[in-house]
Amino acid sequence: MIYTDKVIEHFKNPHNQGVIKNADAIGEKGNVGCGDLMKIYLKIKDDKIADIKFETFGCAAAIAVTSAMTDLAKSQKLEDAMAITKDDVVKSLGDLPPSKIHCSMLGIDALQEAIENYKKK
Amino acid sequence: MKPIYLDHSATTPVDKKVLEKMLPYFSDVYGNPSSLHSFGRESVMAVDKARKQIADHLNCDFSEIFFTSGSTESNNLAIFGLVNSFVARGFKNPHIITTEIEHPATLEPVERLVRDGLVEVTYIKPNKKGIVSAGDIKEAIKENTLLVSVMHVNSEVGAIQPIREVGKNIKKINERRLKDWQNTRVSERGEKPQQIYFHTDATQAINYLNSDVVWNYVDMLSLSSHKIYGPKGVGALYVKTGIPLRAVQLGGHQEMDKRSGTLNVSGIVGFGEAVALLSKKNVEKNNKKVSKLRDMFADGVLKSVHGAKLTTVRGEAVPSHAHFIFPGIEGESILIALDLEGVAVSTGSACASMQLKASSVLLAMGIKKEIAHSSIRFTFGKDNTEAEVKRVLKILPPIIERLHKIAPDLPEIK
Repeated sequence: MIYTDKVIEHFKNPHNQGVIKNADAIGEKGNVGCGDLMKIYLKIKDDKIADIKFETFGCAAAIAVTSAMTDLAKSQKLEDAMAITKDDVVKSLGDLPPSKIHCSMLGIDALQEAIENYKKK
Repeated sequence: MKPIYLDHSATTPVDKKVLEKMLPYFSDVYGNPSSLHSFGRESVMAVDKARKQIADHLNCDFSEIFFTSGSTESNNLAIFGLVNSFVARGFKNPHIITTEIEHPATLEPVERLVRDGLVEVTYIKPNKKGIVSAGDIKEAIKENTLLVSVMHVNSEVGAIQPIREVGKNIKKINERRLKDWQNTRVSERGEKPQQIYFHTDATQAINYLNSDVVWNYVDMLSLSSHKIYGPKGVGALYVKTGIPLRAVQLGGHQEMDKRSGTLNVSGIVGFGEAVALLSKKNVEKNNKKVSKLRDMFADGVLKSVHGAKLTTVRGEAVPSHAHFIFPGIEGESILIALDLEGVAVSTGSACASMQLKASSVLLAMGIKKEIAHSSIRFTFGKDNTEAEVKRVLKILPPIIERLHKIAPDLPEIK
């Protein structure tokens, strides 16, 4: 199992890592017992993602996935952010080992949950 | 800077003395040991020398050592070989006792026999220290128990298992059953009682512990060369004279028909030499050195990393292991971060690294699954230095701190 340089780069220096105080919405997926937990914070302005931050408990791939995904989602319209797929994330990371693909799905799920939580407000 | 290797339970470098002994057996001495000519005889002599070196170390007869490709094959041969031999002779529903902390090379053959409807099995749970009780094993023995398989040292946390006590109990039960049978009148007694056989996977123990098969009351013992500074791809199974094993691998009738396949001569030569290097004096010296490094490291981590839990119980584990849990951070992310700094460790066992499940060994020890994913195994070797330990003690705490910051607050682990 080998990670691409992009995965390692995101793991070493994750983008948009942290917490948004007074976030407009939060999404959380996974659980500690399974070894992965991702939390997405959104600040939304004019139906666009004005700011996005993440916190991740998980393997290097899980951290890289959330980092790369926040890059893809930032400044996007909510509907465009909703349309981000796991393949988009995997592509932006170069590739992911097959056993780690589920991490990318988890990241997408957390983002979508945050957006849905915002819409429910 | 030179990378630091702290994964000696996964594999070890080949000792230079071992390598030197192996080199002639590639291009200079290359005969097939099964060949009758002088080339073959020269190889047989080399193989037999190694067989003697290993037999001497285990305190058994030369003819009781069977070469294999490593401990995985040795365990497979011991389990399938014994059970299939008895099943083929009409023994109905043999019972196997093993533990929840065995290597998959023991658990999976047993599970296949269960799935095939050939055996029933009892799994013994370890205590919190990762040690099974000899008493629990004794209690699990039934009339139809054919095989008890207990590893000598657990590969993940390094816990030493009471194999001598287990072996002694089994021997007593075998003797008592035989005596009772002999004391029963011939007209009233049934068939001669079936002996219970005791197998141990000593892969992780050979380096550090007394592996005398007589002293340990063992009937079969698996060992591997690459864990003891020998080459990869070679191992052996000790089988006490008289124990019937049905071969798993068929072909050219090598190894007294128990294991067909041309012998890995150079590997076997290296394996023999690696075992020969495990003299009492060398083992004592290495154990002292390795445990000093391990203790320096473990104490340093406990002091500098808040919340770190040492799973390895020192004094009841081999000196090489320092297995830690860093609650709140996933183990693999620590492994990758350390690797990027030139430090090689593992999250449990190299074999488990393709799996995403929490370690079954840790769960069996009663460790909650919420923190079982947060484990890292550091295993020290005879070539590590104090300077390396000091460097890792500098590298590790900031990594843990950084990954803690990335992770959300986790009430589950508190």
